[in-house]
Amino acid sequence: MRKALFLAALAVTSQFAQAQIAKKDWAFPSVALKDMEGRPFNTADIKNDGKPVIVSFWATWCKPCILELNNIADVYADWEKETGVKVIAVSIDDSRNSSKVAPLVSSKGWKYQVLLDENSDLRRAMNVNNVPHTFLLNGNMEVVYQHTSYSEGDEEHLYEEVKKTLKK
Amino acid sequence: MRNIGSLVLTILIATSASAQDTGQQATTNGSSNNQSDKGKWGEVHGNVQFDTQIYNPDTAIGAPPVPEKLLMNGFTNLIYTKGKFTVGIRYENYLNVIQGFDQRYKGQGIAYRFASFDTDFLSITVGNFYDQFGSGMVLRTYVEPGLGFDNSIDGARVKAHVLGGVYVKGVIGKQRTFFDVGPGIVRGIDGEIVLNETFKKLADSKTRFSLGGSFVSRYQEDDDPDFELPENVSAWAARFNLTSGKFGLNGEYASKINDPQASNTFLYEGVLRKNYSPGNAVLLNATFATEGLGVILSAKRTQNMDFRSDRYASGFNLNINYLPALTKQHTYLLAASLYPYATQPNGEWAVQGEVSYQIKRGSKLGGKYGTYINVNYSHAFGLDTVVNAAKSGLDASFFGHGSLYFRDINVEISRKFTKEFKAAVKYFNITYNKDVVQGLVGYGTINAHIAVVDLTYKIKPKHALRLELQGLFTGQDDGSWAVAILEYTWSPHFFVAVLDQWNYGNPKEKKQLHYPYIQVGYTHNASRITLSYGRQRAGIFCVGGICRNVPASNGVSLSITTSF
Repeated sequence: MRKALFLAALAVTSQFAQAQIAKKDWAFPSVALKDMEGRPFNTADIKNDGKPVIVSFWATWCKPCILELNNIADVYADWEKETGVKVIAVSIDDSRNSSKVAPLVSSKGWKYQVLLDENSDLRRAMNVNNVPHTFLLNGNMEVVYQHTSYSEGDEEHLYEEVKKTLKK
Repeated sequence: MRNIGSLVLTILIATSASAQDTGQQATTNGSSNNQSDKGKWGEVHGNVQFDTQIYNPDTAIGAPPVPEKLLMNGFTNLIYTKGKFTVGIRYENYLNVIQGFDQRYKGQGIAYRFASFDTDFLSITVGNFYDQFGSGMVLRTYVEPGLGFDNSIDGARVKAHVLGGVYVKGVIGKQRTFFDVGPGIVRGIDGEIVLNETFKKLADSKTRFSLGGSFVSRYQEDDDPDFELPENVSAWAARFNLTSGKFGLNGEYASKINDPQASNTFLYEGVLRKNYSPGNAVLLNATFATEGLGVILSAKRTQNMDFRSDRYASGFNLNINYLPALTKQHTYLLAASLYPYATQPNGEWAVQGEVSYQIKRGSKLGGKYGTYINVNYSHAFGLDTVVNAAKSGLDASFFGHGSLYFRDINVEISRKFTKEFKAAVKYFNITYNKDVVQGLVGYGTINAHIAVVDLTYKIKPKHALRLELQGLFTGQDDGSWAVAILEYTWSPHFFVAVLDQWNYGNPKEKKQLHYPYIQVGYTHNASRITLSYGRQRAGIFCVGGICRNVPASNGVSLSITTSF
């Protein structure tokens, strides 16, 4: 039985090898989440009039995540004006902390669209191991770039990638 | 279990083969048009994580020799999507499992596989899945690989979005326990109605209101020759969520019938008794959020609410529900790992309040870039329980309370002074009932003060230096600690950090040890490699609200993660 499973797995892998494995531009998955008001929101409905979107996975207990979103907040108005990019902050806080998301976001003065991924459904669909993890979607809502972890200055590299999507 | 596995794999093969066929067609029709290929081929994505550690015995810190010398945890997820159809597997290997994880994880195999079909109306999943009803107090399955926690249900799930803002789902299956499934069968249904979608008049209202309810039942055969145990244990919950402008209010009440199990036995007249009392829990959160100010007030009461798909299970194993702890989840090392709190499912009262306030940029107090203040208070205590000998259970009055379990008062002030320099200071006062929280005897209740200073200086736009100094001050337990961390980051690829933890106040002079540690890392897009060397203190490691005990260790560790 084990051998059969292994062979089957091998067969599947070889089939996959001919399908599009981790190709650069891939469609954002459709997952049912909620916004901070408890409104259902499906990620298939993410759009930005043909302009790029940054999707940043974060949590209220994750220091580098908050640092990243704070640093982007400082330059967000300029980014929006120059490129039309929109930031969506997806909180993976579970029911212990999800009620803290709205007070935190407004006290920080963040202007992002915020979604709650309370049981990590989108996190799993996007294969996010740890937070922070940031995705960049082009105007067709395809993932063109992703980055895990955050260090001071990473947002500048991200912004270079945002500008690249506009050139295409 | 294997049969389902091979069925899923067969579906996988069939689908990917047909994906390949249509793909080839697309290629002959003109491979230059990448756009038209997309939906036809389907896509494979996934992630990989490996954590390896080489252990050196270190008698001073109590790190024992490890016979294998090298231990490793690893997993790989593969998800294939083609239109509305998704299949996925996770291969795990724990050869042998890293110290601090449940040793029953030893082994390897496909611990997770599923197939699902999703439309706007209906979503069907067979195989393993993760789900949550309401706040999770009657059902929550999730995975946290960093803790070795996975209670996925292996079975079937149907979710339907009925018109008019009504969402319904039903689940059935057995739960994962290490590389097997548990004995109990879990059945559950959940419904939620979003009134703003149901009534067109409310569609654009600033006030949003939703109601929900769930029912969960576990079947496990009564194989006890002496006791009559309930085979079908049911639990239910009702919840609401209301937001209106700046205000938010949500709550849930959950209840469970009597369920004598390993984790809720009680001692009476020198004999360990089965507990036939029912359980219940209530949770309430109120929030206020406006630009520059956020407030949250929460309260929770839990009584005999541990719910598992095996009445003999203990530890992080076969949990059906999730009881959120109402305490702040800290990130600074000493506060996060020495005295963290975890919900006591057998009974507790917990309250929490938190205020976050941003002093305006450009104001005299706020400075050029603004100043941020956060104050948090949380308090957990036991119930006032009395033995009910006639029913073989424990009774507790609703508002009565017993001994203190945990209290935490903390204040943080952070400020960006210039474009290059920012600083944060934080103070904590923590009272921790070590005997109750860690299930030990003779440690008592510890009170500790913690102070943190966190300074960041940007040398150049992509180069930053961070210094963190922490002190924990107590005359109890292991005494006082001092921590220094120096971190250098070079965006977007490199970081290096050196850390020392010093238990300078340990009452035993021999144990006044240093725990030096160095870590270097390289990140490229969604991949990250970190290499560490040094001593790790025995302590509690927490992710997302649950914690595990990590033993002391000394050695080299390598961690690789990637997503694609």
